[in-house]
Amino acid sequence: MTSSRPTSPAKKAATTYREALRAAHREALLGDPRVFLMGEDVGRYGGSYAVSLGFLKEFGPERIRDTPLSESAFVGAGIGAALGGMRPIVEVMTVNFSLLCLDQIMNVAATVRHMSGGQLSVPLVVRMATGAGRQLAAQHSHSLEGWYAHIPGLKILTPAVLEDARGMLGSALLDPDPTLIFEHASLYNRTGEIAENAGLVPITGAAVRREGKDLSLVAYGAMLFKALAAADELQKEGIAAEVVDLRVLRPLDTETILKTVRKTGRAVVVDEGWRSGSLSAEISARIMEGAFASLKAPVERVCTVEVPLPYAKHLEDAALPQVETIVAAARKALRHV
Amino acid sequence: MRGRASCLEIFRQMTRIRRFEERCAELYTESKIRGFLHLYIGEEAVASAIIPQLRPEDAIVATYREHGHILVRGTPMDAVMAEMFGKIEGCSKGRGGSMHLYDAGRRFYGGNAIVGGGLPLSTGLALADRMQGRKNVTACFFGEGAMAEGEFHESMNLAALWELPVLFLCENNLYAMGTRIDRSEAEVDLLLKARSYHVEAATVDGMDPLAVAEAAEKAIRVVREEARPYFLECRTYRFRAHSMFDPDLYRDKKEIEEWKKKDPLPAFETFLKMQGWLDEAASAAMKKKIDAEIEASVKYAEEGTLEPVEDLIRDVVTPHITG
Repeated sequence: MTSSRPTSPAKKAATTYREALRAAHREALLGDPRVFLMGEDVGRYGGSYAVSLGFLKEFGPERIRDTPLSESAFVGAGIGAALGGMRPIVEVMTVNFSLLCLDQIMNVAATVRHMSGGQLSVPLVVRMATGAGRQLAAQHSHSLEGWYAHIPGLKILTPAVLEDARGMLGSALLDPDPTLIFEHASLYNRTGEIAENAGLVPITGAAVRREGKDLSLVAYGAMLFKALAAADELQKEGIAAEVVDLRVLRPLDTETILKTVRKTGRAVVVDEGWRSGSLSAEISARIMEGAFASLKAPVERVCTVEVPLPYAKHLEDAALPQVETIVAAARKALRHV
Repeated sequence: MRGRASCLEIFRQMTRIRRFEERCAELYTESKIRGFLHLYIGEEAVASAIIPQLRPEDAIVATYREHGHILVRGTPMDAVMAEMFGKIEGCSKGRGGSMHLYDAGRRFYGGNAIVGGGLPLSTGLALADRMQGRKNVTACFFGEGAMAEGEFHESMNLAALWELPVLFLCENNLYAMGTRIDRSEAEVDLLLKARSYHVEAATVDGMDPLAVAEAAEKAIRVVREEARPYFLECRTYRFRAHSMFDPDLYRDKKEIEEWKKKDPLPAFETFLKMQGWLDEAASAAMKKKIDAEIEASVKYAEEGTLEPVEDLIRDVVTPHITG
């Protein structure tokens, strides 16, 4: 996968990340009677990020199910419903809350196919908000998708661009295995234009979002836009940065990562997770394993500082990867000759 | 009161489980079976009296002590024994072992080895039935130890709130591994817990197959016909230790001996003979047939195939269907 753009030029329309997600849900609900949505406050409240606002009226309480605050039970119910022939979309309010259903995700959803010797598949989709930047402190701000990317049996999606917000859900619902979709909370209000006929996108492979020859910035989710902004900054100094959007954290598209590093010889990995044991560590290792000879400098990493995220704005900003820290890491990578 | 055929079948299934597991324990000491092995010996009346009353389209969710359940469900003993041996002919192709026996065709959704972990799954299977208008029952077996887990409470609440047709079957053997119920539960009346969620609940002597069968018949009828959850506590006892690694230091030997006096196998056999439904010759013939089935399964497992290591990562994700 290198581009999510439709092949023929189509009329563009203004939209937001949230609207793109809403369109994806509506399409799925209208197109397949087996699809239903459940989670905390998805119905009457309209979803904590207003993704499902109005759906209860449109689709009714059987298919838009408000759940009790019982993450383990409703994610497990999603697994059971998927095994029973339905195509559930389960919304978990935020990744920190998903730790309450980690047993079901890890010990059941990810393992049933294997434990049953391939007799059963779990076509479950779990969506959740992730990420920081809104001063929500240490229990609502973390980026734990890298943890989930550790687990065989799961597919981990991180839509960043509008096309992926629009297209990944439908593809995930067609996938026979459990898929987790991480929506960075700072992206819901992101605006832009999208083809009017935008639809499903592949859920394998990374995408090169900006071409460049001097170094590679590898990012996903909201960090993609910080990486792109850093590339703009670097361009002012005559440095052409290539920006890779990972899109899918598991299975990781190693080939696209190695390809860009072989081209530029220098890489900065931007990851909103903490550095220790992080996805950025995995990417760095894969670059070392697969493109060692092409490297002109050690791989740089820009991660969240190892602190539970603080409330105070200036401290939160200081903890997170920022355009300036990405630019600084890029300059450091470029200093090696 | 149940008829002759039904009672003889319950007895046959109890005997199959007992002898199968006794043989498994021997095979364990011979290192033919490894990993964890949790024996159901003493508790056979529960699975044997309940599962035959389920329909093929009903679903079963079980725990890591599930050899008996899958045998009664009808999965061939050969496939179960081969699984214990880690062979590809096993019911989970050797990937699961004793604790993760599966049979998708018989809607047997596994042994779950996380205490309480199967309960949320059972609500989802029942939800799928409800949403698709099927009058199926999902039978979810778990031990009383699971009732201290949050997943029990979350699942009971959800099942009651959404009127999900789940039959919650608590196999109360009094011990959560080594911890007796009164040392882990502030409230030992388990029915109160179920009723606090407005789930109809009953308790039955799990050492009495006829009582279990009768209680289960009612419970299944309520779940199927009224499409709502039901909680049935079966009071039972395991005669063996928790697993093969357990020296059983936490139970009074006298207590174990007292419970063994309630062993459902000899008691039910005596009952069947008193009814004139079974005589010594028929009993011996039945046991001989079961032993032959067991030995055939051991031979089948011994002669089974080890999966090629090249296939190690198979069945982690579903292969893409092309064309």
